[in-house]
Amino acid sequence: MSSGLNRIGMAALSILCGLFLWKIASQYTSPLFMPSPAATLDAAKELMQDGTLVRALIASSARIATGWALGVAVGIPLGIVMGRFALFRQFLDPYIEFFRFIPPIAFVTLAVIWLGPGESAKVALIFYTTVFIVTLNTIAGVQAVNPLRLRAAASLGAGPVQLLTTVILPSTVPFMVTGARIAMGNSFLTVVSAEIVSAENGLGALIWTARNFARTEWVFVGILALGMLGYLFDRVLRIAVALLLRRYQPTT
Amino acid sequence: MTTGSSIALNQLSLTLDGNEIVTRIDLHIAAGEFVCLLGPSGCGKSTILNAIAGFLPSSGQIRVADKPVSGPGVDRGVVFQSSEALFPWLTVRENVEYGPRLRGIADRQRAELADHYLSLVGLSHAAEKFPDALSGGMRQRAQIARVLVNEPSVVLMDEPFGALDAQTREVLQRELDRIWRATGCTIVFVTHDIWESILLADRIVTMTAGPRATIKTIETIDLPHPRDPADPSSLALYRRLRDDIGAEVTRVLRAQGLASEEIAA
Repeated sequence: MSSGLNRIGMAALSILCGLFLWKIASQYTSPLFMPSPAATLDAAKELMQDGTLVRALIASSARIATGWALGVAVGIPLGIVMGRFALFRQFLDPYIEFFRFIPPIAFVTLAVIWLGPGESAKVALIFYTTVFIVTLNTIAGVQAVNPLRLRAAASLGAGPVQLLTTVILPSTVPFMVTGARIAMGNSFLTVVSAEIVSAENGLGALIWTARNFARTEWVFVGILALGMLGYLFDRVLRIAVALLLRRYQPTT
Repeated sequence: MTTGSSIALNQLSLTLDGNEIVTRIDLHIAAGEFVCLLGPSGCGKSTILNAIAGFLPSSGQIRVADKPVSGPGVDRGVVFQSSEALFPWLTVRENVEYGPRLRGIADRQRAELADHYLSLVGLSHAAEKFPDALSGGMRQRAQIARVLVNEPSVVLMDEPFGALDAQTREVLQRELDRIWRATGCTIVFVTHDIWESILLADRIVTMTAGPRATIKTIETIDLPHPRDPADPSSLALYRRLRDDIGAEVTRVLRAQGLASEEIAA
């Protein structure tokens, strides 16, 4: 308990130091270069009052949540099948090895051409971001299953399907969770890029629009909102995992 | 009470990655017998056990209850040396209920089966714990219960107490002796611990050092249970087994140029 309090205290101290340094730095530069914490707070209030910030947060959150959830839902079964069946993996391997070097941002233009400037392009890009990471992690998890447990299960009467559902799937959960968390972080990268290229709302669009009005403090608001939203998403994910999947997590 | 099955190995040779690990093993184990495979590490005794379990491709040289072994099966339970074989995401009770659950046994009956075998191995008090929370000895008890609940006719044990401290090992050896009597199953037990084999076995099979290991001697033990290590016939048996195995170890060391004349003599 006291170590928890210490950690919170330390974090608070660290944030205060950061804010202080930011304030000092802003005093020696122009507001266009670096707006002060107070100016950023004012800008946040302004964007809050006219509803821009809330709309942007909801738009970006909805895109991330939808694309990410779809990516996880497809990536896990795909990874299980690819991890379990060597032939299937070998068949898809050339594509995996090719696409792993292509960042989702490279597909922004293509997504707009194929899917139009609406929501589906952005959701598709986040889906692509997520499905890749989750699939690769799940494959790694399936291949890391302790062969001793497979032998034990087989001699206790498990057939191929039961090995999959009662040994491989639960053994792989920690890898899936890791993949899903990394994918969540990368989804933030993707959503901002996509919104900068083509969107009327969302945090990426907010940051880009600020440029047109030379409002650096809006850029700061957008960046801070992204960081906090990411932290919130990750926290929710971690708590959900701790509540629902705790027994599958290694204790050491 | 289950009944044991006989096991017959006929001219069994096993090759792993192109190396012949064991060669031309002939061994017939009676139903309900307790047989120890004893030998230095690398002599292929675990390989034989894995073959009986059905983990290795076999060409019909292994018969259990007169039927050729063609893969793993619930008739042959396996207790592994490493407690990693337990499912860490299941409680001890859930681990024990794993087999019955696969067979679709109803909740009520499954719980009764689990209760029975948990109490047989002395683990009732820890049923709701996860394996991580147990000591090494308790985990091996859990492995034994998980296997027995399927009422196998053969239990294959691969150095099950090898990773335990001496005191825990002694306790579990005595318990295993009792459990074996209570269930009547056939047990094949792999060990490199000579006293362990003397305490437990009806027959002790010693192996030559590998590669191309084969059976060296088969000792039948007629001493009453529980066995007393201080009994003169136990001691005589111990010396004989020690010399048999020692000769194999020395032979290997000499082949590797590692044994001094002193050790060899």
